[in-house]
Amino acid sequence: MSHPASSVSIFIGIIRRDLQLALRRKSDSFSALIFFAVVASLFPLGIGPETKLLMQIAPGMLWIAALLAAMLSLHKLFTEDFIDGSLDQILLSILPLPLVVLAKTIAHWLSSGLLLALVSPILALQFNLPFDCIGVLFLSLLLGTPLLSLIGSIGAGLTLASRGGGTLLSLIILPLVAPVLIFGAGAVESYQAGLGLTAHFSLLGAMLAIALFLAPIATAASLRIALE
Amino acid sequence: MRISGDNGSGKSSLLRILCGLLAPQSGEVIWGDQAIYKDRDQFHSELIYLGHIPALKADFTALENLISLALLGGQVTTAKEALQALSAAGLADQAHRVVRTLSQGQKQRIALARLRLPQPKSLWILDEPFNALDQKSNQLLQSLLVGHVKHGGIVALSSHQTLSMDDDPQVVRLEL
Repeated sequence: MSHPASSVSIFIGIIRRDLQLALRRKSDSFSALIFFAVVASLFPLGIGPETKLLMQIAPGMLWIAALLAAMLSLHKLFTEDFIDGSLDQILLSILPLPLVVLAKTIAHWLSSGLLLALVSPILALQFNLPFDCIGVLFLSLLLGTPLLSLIGSIGAGLTLASRGGGTLLSLIILPLVAPVLIFGAGAVESYQAGLGLTAHFSLLGAMLAIALFLAPIATAASLRIALE
Repeated sequence: MRISGDNGSGKSSLLRILCGLLAPQSGEVIWGDQAIYKDRDQFHSELIYLGHIPALKADFTALENLISLALLGGQVTTAKEALQALSAAGLADQAHRVVRTLSQGQKQRIALARLRLPQPKSLWILDEPFNALDQKSNQLLQSLLVGHVKHGGIVALSSHQTLSMDDDPQVVRLEL
């Protein structure tokens, strides 16, 4: 029988809906992954086969490649819903808009950032990184990529109604995610240098906690502005 | 309420203002005894808005679209109920087809099938619901709307066609 849905079931329903859509259109997630792999493989080609140098720059480089790959699919977060009119229905949902946005952002992370984090160990092998460093890199990406989706969602909302939104989105978001890059890649480097991880991971975790709370509110506000 | 007017006269904007998607330049929209922006979630639980594009996901089947739209609107719908609503709209054969493969009129009918789901929503705001519909669906929709009003519901719609229900004394007409 039909019955009123609880907020939790709507929240999960939105995540499921977006994941199903991502599954029906696998090319988007795939192209981000392939982009990540290609960029990460171009660096050794450009820099030369110097093992020590590559090992040194690997964390930062993989992080930059992951960040750019995460940017690729970001503009799709709301544009498709905007074009086919679903965004109106999302705004008129009985779930508060920031929660809807959070659900969509989580789905976006699951179909992009999480995948990037999962393949990063394989790419890291190319750079001769020791296994424990690869583990740290994976963890830092696991903490950092949700931040990219969360901060990116603000930009996706803001640039929704503008033409050429994709480029504008990157221009707005890339400076904002610089701290994520600094502490994410920094974590691996400081581990390599034997300095421990606590500081970097605590900062990443703190940023994630703040972004989880504030970014959906900011995105909700930017969506309302974009639709007027 | 029946809104008519020339293209660009502001029918859609008025409907979007009514459901809170657009902020009015002055004044406010009151539902019950308070302005709608004060308690959006409560207002949304009583509202169905269908815009001039059908708001369907091209990669989903008609059935999946209907269920996910109903869930966004706060209603858990079983596949059986959704199928019944689609059959009532004459779309039983298309229920499991991906929306991308359907025609404009069929898409519009899927969007409208949402009105046939069992749900306690009293306010229907419909932007050009008769667009792309054939004669038969047009009649079906009109009787659905009249039935809703008879049961105490409210319908606000825009259309530039002449409708047989226009003569009903309950219909408030607004010419923009």
